[in-house]
Amino acid sequence: MRKVINKQQTYRTKRGKALLGHIVNTSLKYKLWIAFLLLIIVIGGYAYYRQLKFGLIVTAMRDYTSWGIYISNFVFFVAISLVGSLISSVLKLSKNEWSRPLTRISEIIAIAAIICAAVIIIVDMGRPDRFFYVITHLRIQSPIIWDVIIISTYLVISLLLLYLSLLPDIALCRDRLTAIPKWKKMLYRFMAINWNNHPKQVVMLQKVSRILAITVLPVAFAIHTVTSWLFATTWRPGWDSTNLGPYFVSGAFMAGAAVIIFTMYLIRIHLKLKKYITEIHFEKMGKLLVLLSLIYLYFNINEYLGPAFKMVGVEGEHITELFTGKYAPMYWFVQIGGLILPIILLIFRPFRKPLPIFIISLFVILGAWLKRFLIVIPSLQHPYLPIQGVDESYLHYIPTWEEWAITMSSFAWLLLIITVLIKLFPVIPILKAKLDSETIVKLNIFKNEKS
Amino acid sequence: MENKNSKTDSRRQFIKKISTGSIIAASGLALSSLSSCKETSQEKTTLLTTDGKLVQVPNSEIGELEHQHITPEESRQGIPGKKWVMVVDLGKCKNAKKCIEACDKHHNLTPDRPYIKVLEMKDNEKSSPYWMPKKCFQCDNPPCVKVCPVGATYKRTDGIVLIDNERCIGCRFCMAACPYSARVFNWGSSPDQEVTTAYSPETSIPSKIGTVGKCDFCPDMLRKNKLPHCVPSCPNGVIYFGDEIDDTVTNGEETVRLSTLLRDKAGYRYMEELGTKPRVYYLPPVDRLFPFEKSTEENSES
Repeated sequence: MRKVINKQQTYRTKRGKALLGHIVNTSLKYKLWIAFLLLIIVIGGYAYYRQLKFGLIVTAMRDYTSWGIYISNFVFFVAISLVGSLISSVLKLSKNEWSRPLTRISEIIAIAAIICAAVIIIVDMGRPDRFFYVITHLRIQSPIIWDVIIISTYLVISLLLLYLSLLPDIALCRDRLTAIPKWKKMLYRFMAINWNNHPKQVVMLQKVSRILAITVLPVAFAIHTVTSWLFATTWRPGWDSTNLGPYFVSGAFMAGAAVIIFTMYLIRIHLKLKKYITEIHFEKMGKLLVLLSLIYLYFNINEYLGPAFKMVGVEGEHITELFTGKYAPMYWFVQIGGLILPIILLIFRPFRKPLPIFIISLFVILGAWLKRFLIVIPSLQHPYLPIQGVDESYLHYIPTWEEWAITMSSFAWLLLIITVLIKLFPVIPILKAKLDSETIVKLNIFKNEKS
Repeated sequence: MENKNSKTDSRRQFIKKISTGSIIAASGLALSSLSSCKETSQEKTTLLTTDGKLVQVPNSEIGELEHQHITPEESRQGIPGKKWVMVVDLGKCKNAKKCIEACDKHHNLTPDRPYIKVLEMKDNEKSSPYWMPKKCFQCDNPPCVKVCPVGATYKRTDGIVLIDNERCIGCRFCMAACPYSARVFNWGSSPDQEVTTAYSPETSIPSKIGTVGKCDFCPDMLRKNKLPHCVPSCPNGVIYFGDEIDDTVTNGEETVRLSTLLRDKAGYRYMEELGTKPRVYYLPPVDRLFPFEKSTEENSES
């Protein structure tokens, strides 16, 4: 069925070969990885089929713990989707040249994460068949509607941000890559929308990119602040806090930075991009992670110190449960293993080497996920009125296999989207976006066949 | 069945002629004396038809309107001229749980997730424990209504907070927002397969999977000039129900002035400081009718 591609791909530069090679050649490792992800997705799909058939009864959520790991996973995905704005906007606008090879990675993660966040929130709904009611019957005073609006806005801006920065590289793929299947050629031709590096186009693109880099900032802050308001607008202990917005945003930046480090390490290894994602990048990202973690630590102290000092009513019970109760092991693992130790270790240069920082970032990510669990679930288990007169199972929350399978498959989706996007497009920007139009014309990189 | 239907046909047509407005007015009239739940078939009520004629209708005929189906759209209006209110006398409750049984039966609930809970409360170490029946407080400033993204839960003119299970998307934000844990969720399919009546938010049956539910002050009963199921089912007359505008509440045995009751017995609302303005008042657990006794198997957790 599939035509054998007999043309041999040639590259003009070593840089081109390194950055475009993985698009042309499909390794067995890649296929196995995709198959593995698809397997997890299929298992998750079966679990979701069961949930659709029997209802949310297949989960461990009940009347008191009415939100479970779906919601904490949603918060996690929203959190890591903030990296797109952090790396490609904050660092770009502050003229941090070193972060340039990381912009695309972070934009891809942002898009994959925000898509998964949107999907997982639909999975959490009792009536996914009525999803469009949030548009047809929307009531603007509900924080959920704010979240729907801001998430879709962020998705659009992130997609534009990624796509526009990709444009010159897509055109490059269109012009240079010969040994690729026909559908890929058509895809590049279609997506390149007649981009030919005309100075006019370049100037326009630079303008638009700058506008987008600025617009994405408030939207990114809003997206996680609004998500925190889903909690802060209620009376639950641990949620009823004015600190929640910055607490969520700073936590998101920290988790996002860790996800970047994690991803860039894997890309560097598997795509053999050691020359492009260098130790300096890990070094700098390590420092950035320390800074972001310190900010998060500050808001963490603010979040817990006041209530822990006062120990008022259910708020006090909630804090006690976290500090010394059944959630204490998880709580202290998150605070020490996922926050304090990474800060201390990353202060020292040897730990900012690729492998150590990869492992540390893994702990930060794990801690960040568990932290969302600790934010969502224990709060719900400490209502003002005591939990009595209900079934025993209502008092605990241990996620069922269906919930885990669906959560795992949401991660598989995340990785699948990231992998496919990396496979289709150059993961390191090949053409320097910073070049002014004159230089591009001078270099004439795009002198193609037809001229 | 067939015969009965043909007999009642003419009567139905007659009732159809009467506008809904006058029916509501009639039920409103009848409801003004909530204390007399008994229906005397001889008594007649004067109604105004759409044509502007006054007609005499026996009260028993009005009873036929029990089967009037209130659609989700109609259920948003509330019963005109009413402000329902409930008073729970904590001094009388002995955890008989008859209110729960009646409520579960009427709303087709399983015992593991009732709308009403009787909680064992203890205000401080030295005060003695007491039983606190808790339902939805039908707040005048309802947090659940504020957060609903699709308007599936709403505040009516008669004070009731109701849920349209055909609108609810099952996000459970209202459950998180309710500080009183009043709401329950239809996690799985309900055991009410035998229910054949059409769905109405006023009865909330048949229950819909993947949507939220709660105590609703039984508006279907109120429309029928009857008390919510929990009120008459209580053997100790703990629960008083009535209309704030009329300033009367009744527990089915005695009818009292709401303002007098609250003033004389120091009525309070649970967690007033939250500003939710509940429509359920409590009378402090003083002058107890019963000693506090814990039936061992009743409570799953103490």
